[in-house]
Parts: sequence; structure tokens; C-alpha cells
Amino acid sequence: MLDHSRQSLPARPGVGYKPQHFPGLMADPGVVGWLEIHAENYMGEGGRPLAQLRYLAERFPISVHGVGLSIGGEGRLDRDHLDRLRQLCGWLNPVSFSEHLAWSTHDGAYLNDLLPLPYTSATLARVANHIDEVQTVLGRRMLLENPSTYVAFAETAMAETDFLTEIANRTGCGLLLDVNNVYVSGTNQKYDPRAYLDAFPLHLVGEIHLGGHDEDRDDHGRRLLIDSHGAEVVDPVWALYAHVLVKGGPRPTLIEWDNDVPEWPVLAAEAARAARLLEPAK
Amino acid sequence: MTQTEFARALLDPGAAVPDGIVDPEGRPAPKRFSVYRNNVASSLTRALETAFPTVRKLVGDEFFSAMAVIFLRAHPPRSRMLMLYGDDLPGFLEGFPPVAHLGYLPDVARLDQAMRESYHAADSEPLAEVEFQRLLSTDIAGLRLRLAPSLRLVRSRWPVQSIWAANAEGGPSPNPGPEDALILRPEFDPRPHLLPPGGGAFVEGLLKGKTLGQSLDLTDASASLPAILSLLITGRAVIGVEQ
Repeated sequence: MLDHSRQSLPARPGVGYKPQHFPGLMADPGVVGWLEIHAENYMGEGGRPLAQLRYLAERFPISVHGVGLSIGGEGRLDRDHLDRLRQLCGWLNPVSFSEHLAWSTHDGAYLNDLLPLPYTSATLARVANHIDEVQTVLGRRMLLENPSTYVAFAETAMAETDFLTEIANRTGCGLLLDVNNVYVSGTNQKYDPRAYLDAFPLHLVGEIHLGGHDEDRDDHGRRLLIDSHGAEVVDPVWALYAHVLVKGGPRPTLIEWDNDVPEWPVLAAEAARAARLLEPAK
Repeated sequence: MTQTEFARALLDPGAAVPDGIVDPEGRPAPKRFSVYRNNVASSLTRALETAFPTVRKLVGDEFFSAMAVIFLRAHPPRSRMLMLYGDDLPGFLEGFPPVAHLGYLPDVARLDQAMRESYHAADSEPLAEVEFQRLLSTDIAGLRLRLAPSLRLVRSRWPVQSIWAANAEGGPSPNPGPEDALILRPEFDPRPHLLPPGGGAFVEGLLKGKTLGQSLDLTDASASLPAILSLLITGRAVIGVEQ
């Protein structure tokens, strides 16, 4: 029987669940207090993925994180996909549902990347409409995540923090603050991540993400960071995270490690590091 | 800049970067744009690598990656459920000149795809053994078997099951000749089994809702019937019987 009583994620570390961590997690979850899954990986009809998820959901609060809804897409939301999300959220009753400020589908082709958006009044209206639709269909409030970006748009007319604040005001959605994305985008777009965080509506943040990134060079030889979820969280991102906790108080914090996934103890150690920062913020 | 232009440039490396894509100083930024191009190609290549392990083993990692990029640009996923991405690959391989000499490759891709479909298929409960015993003592020719949703049949004029076994489990080198593979998933892990002669047409009949008798009429599988039924029963693949 699933526990349907939980209303929000605990202000503790969580991890992005990977099947290869099942034995390690069961043997010793350490400080890990909740799990996040990618919705699209659990939209099959049955088999091991769903059996494992049912088992985990009896033991941990679950956050469902969508990566394929294409909320920023110019076209309509894919109703079949939204329906699959509704079914998943229906039987699983996760504590939280979140998606990205990005687009990934165009003209029926799914591009499997979180693509960037110009921040304009037209984008704002479109994204707000799509979030209204998602929240209506799912019957729950969602969290919207700030993106990692590599390019800018000549037509952008708003700061990302203003854009996100306005979306939340219009739709009532909460925000998912990915601190690594702030560091990546700040470096790539030449703004001060700390100033970004100071402008971010921290009272709307229902969850924090921490992850690793790769480093490259842009067209002019300047540092270009690439969100990879494939490495440890770097020290400057931990420092920004501490800044957020001091300003905004403790929040449920996810360690994201989706590529080159390490052994369980490595991930557990990252979660423990988050716990050491969360504890004094309580 | 529209998403149509952006998407087209993502999938076509020869296309120009759309106007209005800039760096923080407002300068054109083709290298920055290529991060998105690379993300799309590499993430979908990874999905295909996971999806088609036997094809990949047969052609090698580097060839597979190069082929995957050509495939994914022409056949990007039509669903956000990447777990089933690639059902166009067998057909693509049939018309891909560099693998024309590997006639068996499309059917091997069909087997890989069927394995994945089986893995994610709905769960089911097998018919209880006592129920079976009771039914087998009646006139079985008129029985219709309801088969597990995770069951898949791959029929081939190539030794597709032996090729799979040689690559996945270090089995012996395949002998030429047609093979029909029956994929069964007794619990969570699907596995292909070699059907005895006539088995492919027989199971195809069952899948079309024909009775045991009608299915036997399609083929000369009478001698193989006990072996096929035993495979279905031990694979927990018979989930109901209609008289």
C-alpha cells in the first residue's frame, strides 16, 4: 500500500534513482530521504521498472521529474504524453512533479534535449498557458526548473529570473532551482550567478538540484560550460548552494548524476555533503 | 527565429545556424549552437546503443555510432518514450548500402527491438498448472490460448536466434538457415528461444486467435507440439484458455 499522506518532499538530500543503485540504496540509504525518477522511464506497461518503482514508493517519498513535455514548444502540448503523465502521477501519487523551462519536440519529432527559449512576452504567454494545462490535467501544482543555456537570443527582452517569477505569478506553479544550471548559464551568459540567485524568488522554490558539468570553449575561446549530470558537483556550485540555504532556508535537494553513473558510495557521499550544509540551515 | 528553423538546423549539420542565435555580446555563435546539435546526436545515439546491443556487437561500436547519427537525423523519435525508440531501424537497415552484405542485420534488429518491447510489456499471471492438466485431458484441438503480453515472435530466413545467442551468451557459431525465435519473459528478463520446425507458423496462428487445431493445420508442427507447449508453459506465457 502506498503512503498517500505525504504532502511535500522533506528538506533532506535526495538522489536521482538509477536501477544499478538498487542494491546499494537498499543496503544503506545513508542520508538519502527521497528519490527522483524521470517520468519517461516509467511509462512502459509493466516489467521490472514499474515493479521496482512500486517497491521504492513504499519506502521513499518520490518526486517525478519530466524531461519530455516540451512546455516551451511552439506547438500544442502532446495530449498523449500528458495523459501518460496523468496516469503515472495517478497510481504513484508522487510528492512532487516538476518539468523544465525548455522545449524538446517540434512537428512531432522528439529531439531529446532541453532546448532554449527567448524570453519575450510571447514566450511568457505560451509557457504560462502550457503550465495551466499541465496543472489542470494533473490536478496538482508543478515546479518549473531554470535551464542551462549555451546560446542567447537577439530577441530576448527579459531577465530569466523575471521571466520565471512572472510565470509563477501567472500560473501559481512553484520553481525548481538548479544551482548548477545557474552556474553554467551564468558562466556562459556572462552574468554573476550570485546576483542571479539574489534576484530569484527563493520563497517559491520547492526543490533544489545539484549536478556536475563539463567544460569546453566557445567561438571566441571563452569558457563554455555544458550541463552533463556526469560528474561531481564542483566547489563553486557548493558555495552558491550554501548561499541559497542561508538566504532561503533548507530545501529538498537532489543530487543529479545521469551519465557515467558512479558506484553507489560516490553518490551517497555527494548526498552526505548536501546534508552537512542543510543541517545548520534548519 | 522560429523553432522550425532551430529544429531543422539541429538535425541537419549542413544547415546554417538560425539568425538571432548569439553569444552574450550579440555575436553569431555557431560553436555554441553546436552544443545542442551534439546533445541531440549523442543522447539519441546512446538510446540506440542501449536498444540494439546485438546489432552493435555485430557491426562494432564505431560503425554503429556513425550509422546511428545518419539514422537519427532521418528518423528522429516520434514519441517521448525513448525506451521504444528505433522501431524504424530494421527497415532503415534494409535500405542502407553499407550493410547490404549483412542480410541478417535487419532481422537481428527486429529481435533486439522485440526484446525491449517484451521487457516493458504489461505483467501477467500464468494459468495455474492444475487448470492446464484439466484442459489437456479434454479435446485440446478446440482450445484458444491467451498468451502473455510480453511474448514476442520473430520469424526469419536467417539464423536469428543463434546469432543472438552467439553474441549475447557466447553460443556456438550459427549455421545458415531460417530460424523462428520466441521471446518469453517468465518474470522480468526476456529471453529468446529457438522454436522447433513449424513452431513459427504455429505460434503465429495462436497469436492471431486461432485454436490449437487451426494453428496446427497451418504447419507441420505436430511432432513439435509437446516441445512448443512445454516452452510456453515453463515460460509462464499461457495466461488463459478459452474453450
